[in-house]
Amino acid sequence: MGTSFGRGGATDFPGDIVNSDVIVIEGSNMAECHPVAFRWVMKARERGATLIHVDPRFTRTSAVSDIHVPIRAGSDIAFLGGIIRYIIENERYFKDYVVHYTNAPAIINKDFKDTEDLDGLFSGWQKDKGHYQTRTWMYEDVDPEPAGGERESEAAKKGQPIQRQPIQAEHTDLTLQHPRCVFQIVKRHYSRYTPEMVEETCGIPKQLFLKVAETLCRNSGRERTGVFIYAVGWTQHSVGVQYIRAAAIMQLLLGNMGRPGGGVIALRGHASIQGSTDIPTLYNLLPGYLPMPKAKHDKDLETYLKLNQSPSGWWGEYTKYFVSLMKAWYGPAATQQNDWCYNYLPTLTGDHSHMNTVVDMADGTVKGYFVMGENPVAGSMHGALQRKGLRQLDWLVVRDFQLTETADFWREAPEIERGEVKPQDIATEVFFFPAAAHTEKDGSFTNTQRLLQWHHKAIDPPGDARSELDFIFKLGRRLKRLYQYEYADPRNWPIRDLIWDYPTQGPLEEPDAEAVLHEINGYTVHDGKPVEGFTSLKEDGSTACGAWIYSGCYRGGVNMTARRKPHWEQNWVAPEWGWAWPHNRRILYNRASADPQGQPWSERKALVWWDEKKQQWTGHDVPDFIVERPPDYRPGKEARGKDTISGIDPFVMQSDGKGWIFVPTGLQDGPLPTHYEPQESVIQNPLYGQQCNPERMEWMRKDNPYHQPYNDPRFPYLITTYRLTEHHTAGGMSRWLSWLSELQPEMFCEVSPELAKECKLKNGGWATIRTMRGEIEARVLVTNRIPPLRIKGRIIHQIGLPYHWSSKGLIRGDAANELIGFVADPNVSIQESKAFTGMIEPGRKSKGRRHVTSGRLVKKLPGREQDRDLPQARHKPETSHGFKAMETKEGNV
Amino acid sequence: MPGQPQAAPVKGFFTDTTLCIGCKACEVACKQWNQLPDDGFLFTGMSYDNTAHLGASTWRHVAFIERPAPLHPQNEGAFSWLFSSDVCKHCARAGCLEACPTGAIIRTEFGSVYVQPDVCNGCGYCIVSCPFGVIDRREEDGRAWKCTLCYDRLRADMQPACAKSCPTESIQFGNLEDLRKQARERVEKLHSQGMREAYLYGESAASQPGTEGLHAFFLLVDKPEVYNLPPDPIVPTKTVKDAWTAMAAGALGIALAALGAAFFAHKNGAQS
Repeated sequence: MGTSFGRGGATDFPGDIVNSDVIVIEGSNMAECHPVAFRWVMKARERGATLIHVDPRFTRTSAVSDIHVPIRAGSDIAFLGGIIRYIIENERYFKDYVVHYTNAPAIINKDFKDTEDLDGLFSGWQKDKGHYQTRTWMYEDVDPEPAGGERESEAAKKGQPIQRQPIQAEHTDLTLQHPRCVFQIVKRHYSRYTPEMVEETCGIPKQLFLKVAETLCRNSGRERTGVFIYAVGWTQHSVGVQYIRAAAIMQLLLGNMGRPGGGVIALRGHASIQGSTDIPTLYNLLPGYLPMPKAKHDKDLETYLKLNQSPSGWWGEYTKYFVSLMKAWYGPAATQQNDWCYNYLPTLTGDHSHMNTVVDMADGTVKGYFVMGENPVAGSMHGALQRKGLRQLDWLVVRDFQLTETADFWREAPEIERGEVKPQDIATEVFFFPAAAHTEKDGSFTNTQRLLQWHHKAIDPPGDARSELDFIFKLGRRLKRLYQYEYADPRNWPIRDLIWDYPTQGPLEEPDAEAVLHEINGYTVHDGKPVEGFTSLKEDGSTACGAWIYSGCYRGGVNMTARRKPHWEQNWVAPEWGWAWPHNRRILYNRASADPQGQPWSERKALVWWDEKKQQWTGHDVPDFIVERPPDYRPGKEARGKDTISGIDPFVMQSDGKGWIFVPTGLQDGPLPTHYEPQESVIQNPLYGQQCNPERMEWMRKDNPYHQPYNDPRFPYLITTYRLTEHHTAGGMSRWLSWLSELQPEMFCEVSPELAKECKLKNGGWATIRTMRGEIEARVLVTNRIPPLRIKGRIIHQIGLPYHWSSKGLIRGDAANELIGFVADPNVSIQESKAFTGMIEPGRKSKGRRHVTSGRLVKKLPGREQDRDLPQARHKPETSHGFKAMETKEGNV
Repeated sequence: MPGQPQAAPVKGFFTDTTLCIGCKACEVACKQWNQLPDDGFLFTGMSYDNTAHLGASTWRHVAFIERPAPLHPQNEGAFSWLFSSDVCKHCARAGCLEACPTGAIIRTEFGSVYVQPDVCNGCGYCIVSCPFGVIDRREEDGRAWKCTLCYDRLRADMQPACAKSCPTESIQFGNLEDLRKQARERVEKLHSQGMREAYLYGESAASQPGTEGLHAFFLLVDKPEVYNLPPDPIVPTKTVKDAWTAMAAGALGIALAALGAAFFAHKNGAQS
């Protein structure tokens, strides 16, 4: 989303779904996982919208949909690519929108080669490095700056001073006919994604595919809009980011972005997941999506800013946000002379995402681990490897409501049950802290729709339970005390100088959460007065702001996030319920809801428009645009920063102001979504010689074996994992609660009657499911809701596994995640847990060795590893992806 | 007088199964508000239904029906999955209430049927008298329990917990007369959209004479049996008059026969 539109957040709010004419839910089981937001889908349906659910299983979402499309797990790009082809070939795109608001007219570098030319690779593959060099993907004679993704590494890769021109109108073809313009490249890229090919790849009958494509097209244009809704069913693939890109392309072609009932909604996995990337728990971001400095190239502040500040678009303001952040953290210690304490920030030496950290633990590099609000032993991929990592630690801190499997890994675990590991041999010191529930603490949630909602503490937490805020604050105070006498060594200054003085309150002396919100909002340094929003931030150190995108949430000293005016007492956008970033805009890029002249495309879909009399943008929502910039404004050659945003540039964060159908920079694995098979598939890639995403992250380790790329005789079935409405993720909040436990009391697998017959499985009986990573047992639920698919005359069986269970709690069962290996998307390091292969047999699991950490589970077959890549992409040097763990270990980045 | 029950319009539930998404929020909200114990942790293998039926500690129960038949006007696939949140029907003529010998079961000012736990002596007559199998005795205390229509919440001007928690308004709570009107309109709308199977179950005395109508009625799209509901429920006491009449007729017949026999014997005796 970041690379396509400019910001990594849902572009719409669930309440607006009622305005959709067609709703496509794919990669999400919204009725089960987001039942409360699903009310709006049901309302839309009542108003006549068509609801389409694309999913391998017929779920509770499918049950109330108009059309259910069963699909082979891991083949969505082929399906979406097929629709893109249908839109283009049948000229169903919204031409005025596409020409003015997207980069479809942009002409691409003459050296660009498509996957059509190179059998599944784009131009720029570097055989020796095992990575793309993305130069040839750029616009002709212009290097645009990405708004999301790998911003500064892209700049650094070029290894030259960053002196770029803002993007101008030249090098475009508004007729969309130039053979090298984005539109023609896309047309060619998807030319083979025919309905027949979709059937062969996804197992979706041609007639059903055509029905979906036609329904989408019929419900788009000036008068009508459609929305795409996804969740982790799309992200958890080795090519996950490109799934979302495919939806972005479709929505841009159909003209559905920035308009009522349109957009792409990323449903977040649980409370405040959006918030945890905004003010991130991610290793590579600072608050507000500012990249962390990298050891390799961000030598000093000047270089860091040079690499991050875009000369055009909104990222031209980068310095203001960064300096204000440093003032919030270091206060008077941060001065222009010392580069605002830039040197206090840690610099990244490599990829420290979740899976790399775990293997570093297993290899003894990482010594300590904080686990808060997470239960990785049950909820993350490859449980055996997770526990192997925990066993090597010096210390582990777990904060949770319950003594979870992660906290108790040394006492209760499959390998301990089998006697392979003895608790007395584990040296890890475990600290368990009981955590306060949301009703026991003040604070805010930032959920799916970028909406901050305040919750007030109702009661004090019981016993020793405390909030995370309280824990971190007091830990910080203790650290500061430890460091206060250690002035001499500059390495201690980042902690010594940190401003850590939130007022405390109540008998528990908890820090005041509103004081934190005040800092996040930002204030003028001399009087502490809250700023009005991020446009008030300065680069001279006179303002401080903890997260620029949240600036405005505490404007005028009012906690805007605590507003609770019901939607029936205000307009349908409900701007006075909570507060949404940025600037309380509810539908992002809403400039695109008006035509180039500034008037709504249609009355039915009016949202914001240009008021000629007042000379400003106005409407139902807060305009996501420079309010006083007229539609006919065009920047001159000399324009810089915000001045480069023309009156017809709705995607203000993008350096060219356009929605990116083609992403010239910012993604590792290609400018256009291309169908690649999962790491472990049941079929050979029908479209390209390149079987898998060439940039996928692999971990080639003995404790992380992979199956053959396709047709592995030992693992003939496709497996997908998911959640149930009755439980919450890894179960910490549901498996200890009788009212939820009784609703889904046992781990089970879902199989079709055909597969049950083939494997002699009985409904209600037991089955054992196996991969090379592990083996689990589950109850059998035989159901027509997971139909076998027919692909080229072959029957493809899929097995469904919910992942909520593990070895502790009121109800116990095996964890589906024991089966999943480490393999990930290269852009965001998210694992592939939605499509992999495995075996199923009747009966309870063997009593022998059950995990790869305790020895090989199955006979080794002659390796066919190389079949995942074309010959030129096979050899990946150790420092490349595939061995990313090595990067950090050896510090050789 | 404050605290004294005042006559209120009759309240009820209209459960529209076409809006249900099977999330079971109603089951959980009911258990939480009423502090009910779990029913045990049993995997049934019956679709996603693991609480199986209404009982002493499950007062809302969502049925999951996997059907090898399409649901119009959904897509042409020959499969559909129906959900329905079942509950005590608070019958206009309630079998449990009429069978209760202690007066523990009463009709409240909201028209609902309520078991007073401090009066119930656990005789169990109500259990066999419910044509829906709703009311049930709890093993631990021997008393009979069922949905109270959240009497305590109604007294505090709140709606029942299940209706409050339903995210899709499948469970609607309100004045029975209003609900009936809404429900009829809803059926008409669904018919016009092509869902020809939609009909109301128990919304009036005329449609369900055996209970004289339900205060908690349903919109269904298949035969009642599919949802584990009786097609023609009859409150046992409805048949008492017939039974007594039949018994009286029988007794009369026997008396007549005896009389006749005596008369015949007498006549024969006289003859001999």
